[in-house]
Amino acid sequence: MAEKKPATTVVVTSGKGGVGKTTSTAAIGAALAMEGQRVVVVDFDIGLRNLDLMLGAERRVVYDLINVIQGTANLSQALIRDKKLHGLHLLAASQTRDKNALTEKGVAMIMGELRSRFDWVICDSPAGIERGAVMAMKHADAAIIIANPEISSVRDSDRIIGLLDAKTERGKRGQEMEKHLLITRYDTARTKTGEMLGIDDIADILSIPVLGVVPESNKVLNASNLGTPITMADRDSPPARAYGAAAKRLCGQDIPLEIPAGRKPFFANWFGGRAA
Amino acid sequence: MTILAHTQSQFRFQGRSFLAFVIFPTAPIGRWLNDLEKWVNESPGFFAEKPLMVDFSKVSPERDEFNSLLAYFQSNKFRLIAVENIDPAWLPRDLLPLPGGRHRQEIEAAKKQSPISGNANSHGRGTVNSLMLNSPVRSGQEIFFPAGDISVTGSVASGAEIISGGSIHVYGALRGRAIAGSDGNEKARIFCSSLEAELVSIAGFYKSAPDIDPDLFGRPVQIWLQDNLILLKAME
Repeated sequence: MAEKKPATTVVVTSGKGGVGKTTSTAAIGAALAMEGQRVVVVDFDIGLRNLDLMLGAERRVVYDLINVIQGTANLSQALIRDKKLHGLHLLAASQTRDKNALTEKGVAMIMGELRSRFDWVICDSPAGIERGAVMAMKHADAAIIIANPEISSVRDSDRIIGLLDAKTERGKRGQEMEKHLLITRYDTARTKTGEMLGIDDIADILSIPVLGVVPESNKVLNASNLGTPITMADRDSPPARAYGAAAKRLCGQDIPLEIPAGRKPFFANWFGGRAA
Repeated sequence: MTILAHTQSQFRFQGRSFLAFVIFPTAPIGRWLNDLEKWVNESPGFFAEKPLMVDFSKVSPERDEFNSLLAYFQSNKFRLIAVENIDPAWLPRDLLPLPGGRHRQEIEAAKKQSPISGNANSHGRGTVNSLMLNSPVRSGQEIFFPAGDISVTGSVASGAEIISGGSIHVYGALRGRAIAGSDGNEKARIFCSSLEAELVSIAGFYKSAPDIDPDLFGRPVQIWLQDNLILLKAME
């Protein structure tokens, strides 16, 4: 047996709410597990938990992250195995507490233990820049920044990228944090009419590498309603393919970026219709 | 039924740091004071509003010399906050030495250069003070460097703020706010590779995005102050 390499801790974050952090956490977590990796997805949105719904595990949550921090349950009791996908696990958030229940020491202890058990620890950050978001990013080795092609989302993402260097353990040690941009809800038609930002514009403003571009699609919502990540529910759909490719890139595979319904070359300079 | 319970008031304190000038009188005190007065008259506003501390480590004055100095610094030209290295018994309670604080060399340098000049922050400074930022300045970040120029090799994001005592050079896009010559240096300039700024300011004069000629948007631009007007010119 090959020795277990140290886990990679990834935070999925955005600043702005409703851009697709939880959906993307579930989709990428599932995609990594489908590659044969051992994955745990951790919901840091204490008081507003959603990740359990995305994985269809809402009725199976007995113990959660806060129980483990407070010592009322151990980690093995709180980890929920996915029923359909071997290798995928969930550590749910508490719905009855708030973010103040996340203690520095407790989070550090849990992250350390998860690292020793899994190949990937994926932390779903709450929106905002307060305690919950800071705790979710604190122990990360890499970050996936979710942005929608609109200026408010891009500016909030920029703010979060600044915090990633200032507030994380890695940043404090002076180490560079790997940052990946995942653009979700990308709508080619609306980009062409100038209603939405183009990928080049977003990448230019945020100046971090693009991990993937997920097209806007009803299939994403359908999958959420089913309680199954889109990467499992509808494997051949364009958003599932985009998430799958993003997960492979995250593992270090060199896969060319695909434009959803793409007719334009990707990194051609095209500065149309950005609001000042 | 409603019961009104008296809850204890909650106090929240925030730390705040300021830059204070420290001045060192030298012997003979009479002449030093004359020279200072001349200097202050020729650079009005240099000390205005800025906290000032007097350090007697370089001289040991007589009691009456000290009292006349103290009276001078307590006049309304200055904002004296503490006196150091003197017998504490000579001091009124509100001027006792402040614990802590770090000395900053660059202010000393600024004080020494061109002592009789109307512009306290002109060129020809002995030491070069500049701040080099090799990563983009992100939204919400505030860079404050009163001691000299700031250079940014990346972009300055919308919602970010750069405040420099000297000039500002941005080799990416300037999308946030750039405030040059924050101490009143009218010779400070702003340079950027792509002007998309929310606000540019030099020595307290400013122009916000709606006042900037839209033809300059996205172009490399130089910004300077002339006759109290902010001027912008494309560098192409």
